[in-house]
Amino acid sequence: MILLTPVSNVIVQGITGREGTFHAERMQEMGTRLVGGVSPGKGGGDHLGVPLFNTVAEAVAATGADATGIFVPPPFAADAIREAAEAGLSLIVCITEGIPIQDMIRVKSYLKDFPRARLLGPNCPGLITPGVGKIGIIPAQISSPGAVGLVSRSGTLTYEAMAVLTRAGLGQSTVVGIGGDPVLGLSFSDVVELFEHDSQTTHLVLIGEIGGSDEERAAQRLRGTRLKVVAFISGRTAPEGKRMGHAGAIVSGNRGTAKSKVEAFQAVGIPVAETTDQIVELLKA
Amino acid sequence: MKLLEYQAKEVLQSFGIEIPPGKIARTPEEAAAAAREIGTVAVKAQVPVGGRGKAGGIKLAQTPEEAAAAAGQIIGMEIKGFRVPLVYCEGALDIKQEIYLGFTVDRDARANILMLSARGGMDIEAVAEETPDAIARLYPNPWRGPLDFEVRRLVFEAGLGALAGPLTKVVRQLYRAIPEQDALTAEINPLVVTGEGRVVAGDAKLETDENAAFRHKELEERYSTVIEGDQYEVEAKKRGLTYVSLDGHIGVIGNGAGLCMGTLDLVQRAGGRAANFCDIGGGAKAEVVQNALEVILMNPQVKGVLINVFGGITRADEVARGVVEARAALNMKLPLVVRLSGTNEEEGKRILRENGIEPGDNGWEAAQKIVELTR
Repeated sequence: MILLTPVSNVIVQGITGREGTFHAERMQEMGTRLVGGVSPGKGGGDHLGVPLFNTVAEAVAATGADATGIFVPPPFAADAIREAAEAGLSLIVCITEGIPIQDMIRVKSYLKDFPRARLLGPNCPGLITPGVGKIGIIPAQISSPGAVGLVSRSGTLTYEAMAVLTRAGLGQSTVVGIGGDPVLGLSFSDVVELFEHDSQTTHLVLIGEIGGSDEERAAQRLRGTRLKVVAFISGRTAPEGKRMGHAGAIVSGNRGTAKSKVEAFQAVGIPVAETTDQIVELLKA
Repeated sequence: MKLLEYQAKEVLQSFGIEIPPGKIARTPEEAAAAAREIGTVAVKAQVPVGGRGKAGGIKLAQTPEEAAAAAGQIIGMEIKGFRVPLVYCEGALDIKQEIYLGFTVDRDARANILMLSARGGMDIEAVAEETPDAIARLYPNPWRGPLDFEVRRLVFEAGLGALAGPLTKVVRQLYRAIPEQDALTAEINPLVVTGEGRVVAGDAKLETDENAAFRHKELEERYSTVIEGDQYEVEAKKRGLTYVSLDGHIGVIGNGAGLCMGTLDLVQRAGGRAANFCDIGGGAKAEVVQNALEVILMNPQVKGVLINVFGGITRADEVARGVVEARAALNMKLPLVVRLSGTNEEEGKRILRENGIEPGDNGWEAAQKIVELTR
């Protein structure tokens, strides 16, 4: 298992909101060590049986938390990430969808001063270590503990793959949704690196999609890996965006297309599944 | 939001960047009047997409009569799916040199990138591919913006040192689009150096971040109503749906962007072509499904619809009832295949079957079924 282990102490930022409450309860149900919540102005109270704090720093001082799930609205989410990093948390999972890209670019620059802080997301389903806990919104009932690592850019497609694996008797070590935004925290390569060094994980499923070149770089990283890997790329038939201007093309050239990604995996001997069911066939092959 | 050229130029002008004299025209008469005032003009289609020159959307007019004729031809024409609502009549420039200047988000670097090249104009993408060194690049710190020496270095690296004075100024002015307007792309190509040595924006592209619209209401209010997109996309946007028109005949609804894209791939793999991409987001509420179906059925090309919903904790029987109701409410007669998973999946499938809707066990099987039914 990676990132979220039985000793992780988790808080939720935005725990008193509708989404925060609903998902914090689901996190508790599956045994996640939820030790507190942050909701400015409500410090001193409690919610879902855990204490509330006004600031992340207070929560960390009182509970020894080392991980957080962020469920705050988009205009405030970038600041919530920075507050978590500054308070010393090592795992920051941002579920919020719709954060302005320029806010995230500033967050990425800010996080350079906090090399210990790992950001997952934003606009991601979070992560789950089956049988141990989860931060985020991945449904626990379709997971099962095992040796397959799963890393994905998509939400529902991740669930789909998990369900297929679980049905085939292939449990998961940890499932990580890195998120669908253009500017992200952990990349495919970062997560692949963690799985590579995790003794529980023997197989890896990587679900990518068109855009950016994180998949291509992860493929390079996986050359000669000890893991048995299967990739899946969605958006193979998506039409070229109705683009304006040349700046995007100058930066990315031919990288980012489904073809480029599929070829990058095939070039290092990693098979690419065409349907989610094929993922299982290829893992077992 | 992708601004039209004249809108982007208004924004650049507000930053202090020089633009040629120009006027928008919605009719040939207005174009003639603009030409009488300005002189020789380029009559330019206003659409939020590149490649309009090659599509015949830009014509040079020496006289008011020629401007009227050009406007008559261009207004109403369709360029890459966009109907041209109006033209921009712009004074012709005495061009001595064409420079490329652009900002965008480099998603791999997770940073803004600023690019400058002495070889601006239509072929900049070819320049980037064949001689990448001809484009100078800078990743400014997003908190403080580019520093003076960084901009100066960029200008010299681009081989444009002779124009260091005016260019460093324009670079700084264009950069304002990032902190002040949440621009995702801001581009001037060509940035024209005139015979008299002035630096003028010959064209302008500006795309702002819709996620940041909450802090830029003025831009949205001022410009968003002018752009006429694909009619189904416009309708879907009004209803708050994530929808992209495609050119096939199978309507597709999915929850989650990745799953939805994956469904398009499955339809093509099964030998069909999707008519659209429509992501209804997490969950699958009955009214959202009905809303999406309604927009999809407006398109006469659609011969059948595939719904692919992965529920997780969503109750499949509730989704099934919602689909049945939506189909009845819309009096839909076309084939419909629904792939549902989630809690109470079997009950959901039974409800679908009883109501004459074909359930699919998984996305691939469902895609094959809808392709078969619409053949």
